[in-house]
Amino acid sequence: MIKNIGSKLIYWIDERYDLTPVRNLLEHKKVPAHRHSVWYYMGGVTLFLFLVQLLTGILLLLYYRPGEESAYESVRFIVTEVKFGWLIRNVHSWSANLLVLFAFIHMFSVFFTKAYEKPRELTWITGFIILILTLAFGFSGYLLPWNELAYFATKVGTDIVGVVPIIGEPLKIFLRGGDEVTGATLSRFFGIHVAILPAIFSVLLGLHLLFIQRQGMHEPAHFKNLPEEKKKYISFFPDFALKDLLLWVVVFNILIFLALYFPWELGNKADAFASAPEGIKPEWYFMFMFQSLKLLPAHILFFEGELLGVLFFGIAGFVWMLVPYMKVKHRTNWKIQPLTIIGILIAAFIVIMTAIGYLL
Amino acid sequence: MERGSSRILIWVLTVSFLTGAALYGQTKNKNIQNPQQDRCYTCHKEIDNMPVDFSDNDVHRHANLACSSCHGGDPNSDDQEIAMSPGNGFIGIPKHKDIPKFCGKCHSDIEYMRAFQPSIATDQMTQYYTSAHGKKLIAGDENVAECASCHTAHSIMPVKDPRSTVYKLNIPGTCNKCHGNSDLMKKYNLSNNMLEEYSKSVHGIALLKNKDLGAPACNDCHGNHGAMPPGITSVSHVCGTCHASNMEYFNTTRMARAFEEQDFHGCEQCHGNHAIEKTTDEMIGTGEESLCVNCHSSGDAGYIVANKIKNSITDLKTRFEAATNKYKEVKQKGMNDVEIGFLLQDAKQDLIQSRTMIHTFDSLKVEERTRNGIQILSKASVLADKEIDEYYTRRTGFAAATAAILIFAVALYFKIKDREKKKSTR
Repeated sequence: MIKNIGSKLIYWIDERYDLTPVRNLLEHKKVPAHRHSVWYYMGGVTLFLFLVQLLTGILLLLYYRPGEESAYESVRFIVTEVKFGWLIRNVHSWSANLLVLFAFIHMFSVFFTKAYEKPRELTWITGFIILILTLAFGFSGYLLPWNELAYFATKVGTDIVGVVPIIGEPLKIFLRGGDEVTGATLSRFFGIHVAILPAIFSVLLGLHLLFIQRQGMHEPAHFKNLPEEKKKYISFFPDFALKDLLLWVVVFNILIFLALYFPWELGNKADAFASAPEGIKPEWYFMFMFQSLKLLPAHILFFEGELLGVLFFGIAGFVWMLVPYMKVKHRTNWKIQPLTIIGILIAAFIVIMTAIGYLL
Repeated sequence: MERGSSRILIWVLTVSFLTGAALYGQTKNKNIQNPQQDRCYTCHKEIDNMPVDFSDNDVHRHANLACSSCHGGDPNSDDQEIAMSPGNGFIGIPKHKDIPKFCGKCHSDIEYMRAFQPSIATDQMTQYYTSAHGKKLIAGDENVAECASCHTAHSIMPVKDPRSTVYKLNIPGTCNKCHGNSDLMKKYNLSNNMLEEYSKSVHGIALLKNKDLGAPACNDCHGNHGAMPPGITSVSHVCGTCHASNMEYFNTTRMARAFEEQDFHGCEQCHGNHAIEKTTDEMIGTGEESLCVNCHSSGDAGYIVANKIKNSITDLKTRFEAATNKYKEVKQKGMNDVEIGFLLQDAKQDLIQSRTMIHTFDSLKVEERTRNGIQILSKASVLADKEIDEYYTRRTGFAAATAAILIFAVALYFKIKDREKKKSTR
């Protein structure tokens, strides 16, 4: 019965809009099957978590009220009074963190499997910008509950922006909506979080997904040397999609488990006149940068240590984005290629600095 | 010419002398510019003959007052004969009986005192002469306390200075210097264990152990310069200074009038004085520790009221404890405890107020207050139960969701395996 209605509906659309390209894509899209196939699912999980963010974010918007006098109170109302509000808010917070984690895993998996190489340079670049936007989502969203920790973390975070020469100070004032973190900053961050970022993000995500559909999945290097009959593939629809769905379901279950058993504390309301609480830490995904800046000496030659650190991360990020255009000589006698070594060092740096940040 | 010059000289000298004399008159016995140039101080220091209790931190020294400001004499002369001559106003060590007036010379002079502190009181001496100490001093008693007995003679510091003998935390010790002396106290038929009793009392523990400066020291009940033991009529006023509601309730009762008729000491009659203990609910009712049974016996109206009051308060207290336990459970489970916390605060207020209302000796009034508290507590209890239920509902819901997800995931898994199997056989 339902199947019948479904077929009729598809026929109705097909008759008017010609679904042949979609049908072709679904029928012919293949995903290479090999021992590193697991990494193909990371992008999908990231996308799923983004969808969760989108849905829970919209639901939170129904009750959230930005403003110095209402933000904290409305979040407290959401987690205490609104039916399933606690679940939605905690899923949103947990999903945000997992989203960043999976985005990083996805990025490094693409890097190590060299999936960014020609012709997928733009997929890499859009992906990198999406990651930066995700971090911006995290940073702006962190302030919205207007609690003590968020307030001071934002103060420290925007202070770091201020050290950049020439544009730093104006940028800091632009971000804060004034000299200090105030209600103006909150309104601004709210606007950025729910309107500006989603608008840019949607365009880039659309492009990112379009590029993938247009070019198909990346095949590993060893596939090129394999005879056609030895190359194994699975169909994207329904085989890969079913596996994707299975993983999404598991991740969803983990999400609600985390939301229930490890809820995010709301803490005390932000108070500009209170002294900063002990142990102000940025979110974990900024920790490696924060810790590096802390470990730098106050002065390196004639420059401020912090300034050099900020510039270094800025340039390093830019170079990382342009990785597809970098020509590093292939060393046939090297077991691990130079770029892979650089990638491992970067990943190790991030992990170690994050660990130091939490342990010291 | 010569004659004219000497006339001018005489004229200048006369004017200088008169101006000097006028200025001297103004500064006589008062402050000097530099205490280090005070000859009394420098000579006595040199010959190591300073007062035993002398301190450079003395408040008068900080106000640039010289030894001569109190003791008289000429602080500018190196010659002992001149410096300490009665002709120069030298008084020396004042007699015990003269000390209040000796200090009062300045401290009762508002014109002079307000130069140092505009809002300073200048009635200490007048108050002192109305005190038990002052009256006895006038009567010729050489043992009673005068100004220096409490303030010291040469280490006087402001009341707010923790080094001062009259700083709040130091007052019980200062009074006890005399009032702890058994030989001295015997003469006045007074006990000498006041400090010992006070230290164990609720007030003493708050002040001396917990350093709570809001707690009363000796002078808060007895007065300081006008120190007196509170009389029968004034005792409830003394306690009522802090325990205002208790006093208000008590004074309007029949019990207050009965106390007066019987010469009972208001609050002190039940609570004691220096050894006053932290009150407990056991002090009311008709149990073993009850104070009511000291006067009331089984069957009389007071005995029945005492029981009723006790029951009302015990009921509220028991319910409050039960609700608090539930509140703790809600908190521990990480559920919403904000509203319950507010309700418990209100209920606690009712418990405190109903305990205060014991002093109305009216069981209906106490019951009205406890009933209010009980109503609030039942609201808190309902809310707490709701939150605890919600806690378990969430877990049950999660278990059900997980089961459904698991079934779906397993079905998906078999579907995938099935497709793989079909493909390999194809």
